[in-house]
Amino acid sequence: MLLLASSTVRAALTIEITQGMEGAIPVAVVPFGWSGNTASAPENIAAIISADLNRSGRIETLADRDLIAHPTEGAQVQFQNWRMVKVDDLVIGKVTGNADGTFTVQFELYDVFRGNQLIGSSFPTSRDDLRRVAHHISDLIYEKLTGEQGAFNTRIAYVTTSGSTKNKSYTLLVADSDGYNPQTILTSKQPLMSPSWSPDGQQIAYVSFEKKLAEIYIQQVASGSRRKLAAFKGINGAPAWSPNGRQLALTLSRDGNPEIYIMDVTSGALRRLTSSSAIDTEPVWTPDASSIIFTSDRGGSAQLYRVPVGGGKAQRLTFEGKYNAGADVSPDGRKIAMVHGNNGNYRIAVLDLDSGLLRILTDGPLDESPSFSPNGSMIIYATRAGNREVLSAVSVDGRFRQRLSLQAGDVREPVWSPFEK
Amino acid sequence: MKYKLSKVIVVLLVAVMAGCSSTGDKQEGSVSIEDKGTSADGSAVSSGAAGSSSFSNYSLDDPNSPLAQRVIYFEYDSAEITMDGQDLLVHHAGFLVANPTVHVTLEGHTDERGSREYNIALGDRRALSIQRVLELNGVAPEQITVVSYGEEKPAADGNSEAAWRLNRRVELLY
Repeated sequence: MLLLASSTVRAALTIEITQGMEGAIPVAVVPFGWSGNTASAPENIAAIISADLNRSGRIETLADRDLIAHPTEGAQVQFQNWRMVKVDDLVIGKVTGNADGTFTVQFELYDVFRGNQLIGSSFPTSRDDLRRVAHHISDLIYEKLTGEQGAFNTRIAYVTTSGSTKNKSYTLLVADSDGYNPQTILTSKQPLMSPSWSPDGQQIAYVSFEKKLAEIYIQQVASGSRRKLAAFKGINGAPAWSPNGRQLALTLSRDGNPEIYIMDVTSGALRRLTSSSAIDTEPVWTPDASSIIFTSDRGGSAQLYRVPVGGGKAQRLTFEGKYNAGADVSPDGRKIAMVHGNNGNYRIAVLDLDSGLLRILTDGPLDESPSFSPNGSMIIYATRAGNREVLSAVSVDGRFRQRLSLQAGDVREPVWSPFEK
Repeated sequence: MKYKLSKVIVVLLVAVMAGCSSTGDKQEGSVSIEDKGTSADGSAVSSGAAGSSSFSNYSLDDPNSPLAQRVIYFEYDSAEITMDGQDLLVHHAGFLVANPTVHVTLEGHTDERGSREYNIALGDRRALSIQRVLELNGVAPEQITVVSYGEEKPAADGNSEAAWRLNRRVELLY
């Protein structure tokens, strides 16, 4: 058990904040107290919460060395001292290791200026769920302080590669949103690509070339059981779950040209949605399930289009730049993230559907695979650091950025899970 | 003479094909021969096949044979086959026609730029354009399998034009 835990930690994604944010809310997170029959708690809950809040870009926590006191309950807090170090809010708590092997995590959030408690909660939990409880506490704090739902208790799926050009191996993994607890869900000597979360977060659809042909599978994340969904002649690609989880949009070239189809997940029944002699691919659903947004080069170069799910005329959405592809739709349906190519530079851009304005968020030159966090505040994407493939996340306003990299090997195609249900 | 004839036919057919299948910019010159396209198809195929059969004595394991060259390269975001590529495909078509039990897999690939699934579609388009030339030269559709790996299996690592040029390709795998 311990061996397994240490090996997963070694393979974790490490996160480095590469571009800070002005005007973040200053918060002190004090190391949690511990009472139990070991020297320290099995997880450093305060450190997990602090890292979560900093990764949001909207909250900045005080460095441990600047903590002026270490209260673990409300009665010990001297608010005037915390006002002096210029924090708006204070997080304290304690972890108890119970005799039956379970744990209890208590935490409190205080408004330092008013001196009042904003949240106070206690969670009974198990060893395995301690990190999850810490992320849940981060969600509660984030929502209280920013008014926006937190997305810390979520996961990301991604593909890693290792080995030489001639002898690569491909792995599909799922990790917590802070990069910890990576779980391999599939390994192959042939490419794996295009992971897509089901809306309940229980399944992932993906493309596997394990038979040296493209096939689409859907796999239960928890059990690892999977089934083949599409293995037609030609392309079987770009699976995307419908918001109700009953259908998949996908790309097939079985009729001679890449087109978008809608498949009923249970029956396998297919309906063709597009019809052009051009490339049509990379479908994504709008959250209201009324439309599919996709990439097509029917106008001479790759651009994004929108078509009603029931079929009909496709409307072009992007006009700036020679290349716009690989769309993801924000959870509120009002923004589209995409790969925006211009002058040989491929960057992540966001189109605001209300204003029609396109905002370029990243520097390139080879950025791809944007995926919105389920609260719509961040976009995770694939980029390069030197010759290595790494992941980055950027706030939707482009002001805050962080990098997620593996110690060895390349990592690509991140997709952020939906909220836990 | 036969060789030259079949080559000319291939070039002509490629031009017709490009004219028909091109989605964006039309190739110059394609309009003038487009009318002949449909009627020319049948005869062109048979004479192409007959012409190509003179190369059937090439062996797959001979490193000096044109068949030893099994990679066709492409320009950025293009599925258009170059003249060199067309010459090479005449040899491969001749071999496949003379050896109807031999099977070839056409693997389409792209460079790493742009989004991955779009590149799958682009690699597919490249492999299909090779497939059409082979079939127009008499190769039976059952002898050909097409698969696109997009940017997933680069031949060369690195993010330079030198590497990208080697990665925009279709590989003929016997």
